Amino acid sequence: MRAADDVELRSEIEQFLYHEAWLLDQGRLDEWLGLFTDDATYWIPLQANQADPLTTSSIVYDDRRLLEVRVRQLRHPRAHARIPAPRTVHQVGNVSVVDAAESGDVRVGSTLVLVEYRRERQRVWGALVEHRLRRSTEGLRIAAKRVDLVNSEAELDGIVCLF
Amino acid sequence: MNIQSIKGLVQPDRVHRAVYTDPTLFELEMARVFGRAWLILGHESQVRSPGDFFTTRMGREPVIVTRHTDGSVRVLVNRCAHRGARVCETAAGTTAEFVCAYHGWTYGTDGRLARLPLPDGYARPAGESIGGGLARVPRVEAYRGFLFASLAEHGPTLAEFLGPLRTSFDDFVERAPDGEVEVAGGVFKHAYQGNWKLVLENHNDTVHPAFVHASSIWAARQEPAAAEGAYSEIGVRQMLQNGAPWEVWENTGLWVAGYGHSWMADYHDDSRLVAALAHPAFAEYRAALEQRLGPEGAARVLGELRWNSIAYPNCSFMSQFRQLRVVHPIAVDRTVVYAYSFRLRGAPERMFRDTIAFSNVVNGTASPVLTDDLEVYERTQQGLGARGSDWVFLGRGQGRDLPDREGTRRGRSGTSEVHIRNQFAAWLEYMTAES
Repeated sequence: MRAADDVELRSEIEQFLYHEAWLLDQGRLDEWLGLFTDDATYWIPLQANQADPLTTSSIVYDDRRLLEVRVRQLRHPRAHARIPAPRTVHQVGNVSVVDAAESGDVRVGSTLVLVEYRRERQRVWGALVEHRLRRSTEGLRIAAKRVDLVNSEAELDGIVCLF
Repeated sequence: MNIQSIKGLVQPDRVHRAVYTDPTLFELEMARVFGRAWLILGHESQVRSPGDFFTTRMGREPVIVTRHTDGSVRVLVNRCAHRGARVCETAAGTTAEFVCAYHGWTYGTDGRLARLPLPDGYARPAGESIGGGLARVPRVEAYRGFLFASLAEHGPTLAEFLGPLRTSFDDFVERAPDGEVEVAGGVFKHAYQGNWKLVLENHNDTVHPAFVHASSIWAARQEPAAAEGAYSEIGVRQMLQNGAPWEVWENTGLWVAGYGHSWMADYHDDSRLVAALAHPAFAEYRAALEQRLGPEGAARVLGELRWNSIAYPNCSFMSQFRQLRVVHPIAVDRTVVYAYSFRLRGAPERMFRDTIAFSNVVNGTASPVLTDDLEVYERTQQGLGARGSDWVFLGRGQGRDLPDREGTRRGRSGTSEVHIRNQFAAWLEYMTAES
């Protein structure tokens, strides 16, 4: 890959991640869901360096179907833990392309600092994030997203915000 | 607070809100309920070999559970006998000894003081002055591999304490083709700003799902059927099951026994949840179970339909779905729950994958289901701070409960609040007993 292509790809990916964060902060969750491929997974491991989501529990391990249930739930008038919805700021940084094949998915690493406010309480989250992005006719799409919270192994109150 | 005023807090169909909100009562509970009852610690598979250990709490008491070199399980208070620092900071591991970070006092896996620096500096051997080593929790017993301990020197045996609830632990273990289960797959640690009793009252409350879980039921109902073997299926089915019609809940069996225990049965059956996943692994599992128990034995085990069982005051488990939750009271309005999954030894690995997928939905800290429970515990705690009314009403089914086998009682309907009244009957006994 030429250096100029490299810069172009990096810029495209950064814009994509900023757009994703903006959708989450604006509460445009149907559009956010639309960024995922049909076979996507959205994973927040329970353990540091967790190897797989099938033999160890996860704070979240959603396939597309469970992710749709999660997002749809917010629309119900008795979504007690999610009404009012948390207000959030997703601060994305340290974006780097981990690897990119000519015809395959692009693995992207980033950091996330998330400030969440809901009902008289502000929480701050920090995470290392990895996206596996896939090019489609509509542009980049998320084939997999892994969010490693720095405090995933802590005693945690219920989590309702999306990362 | 004297005995008479404590007795006034619990009436046949109501309790005073102070039992959830008063810090003085909470301190008494730590001494009289958590200081007396058998408390679940975990499972023998967490300390399989000599030197294996894990740390946990008994009420607020930090303890280390170890497998000593002689093969026995010891429960040690995690506090250096010298100046009081915690001697073990690790959740689990294997070690020959515990070395205090402060002055290097070193203890064996039985808690005995093995060595200390500058031992000559004392008028008499330091070990004698401190009573030998780390304080030992006086009573430790296991039932079917589940480890319990009591901070009290005297009291009922574990078998007496569990009584007929033992059948729920039997069910947990007998489902394994090899007759053994083991802790696996990590531990969820979820917390809420509310009293410890709220979670134990909720797990056998069959009226709450339709309301608390309305949004996840509604969201799951709109999902089209998944492809066969889909990862999401067990979770979606569980959300749907929360929306079962009233007649299902009314016909659910709800039993209570001495010491505040209860269990719910006749609820989930494998045709609704596990077998209905139509995966060849379930047939394989059934065959493995039949090999040990014969077809009738396997049918009997799989025909046992327990949902939540509560071992009061610190354990709630699901024998059929291999989940076990340990309740840790932190303060009158703060509780932490550790949730463990278990693997059925001898079952196909796919069964364990379903257990994990199930645990993510039922016990996951960000679960669409559990988060609504936690939210309601917190709203309840906040509401109970109000002074407008002092009483919490627990009258559903009162006066209609039926005596049942082995000294148990059963709610005439599965929607009875008999399990909560029964918890408070035990609470009152612990809180007012002389010693």
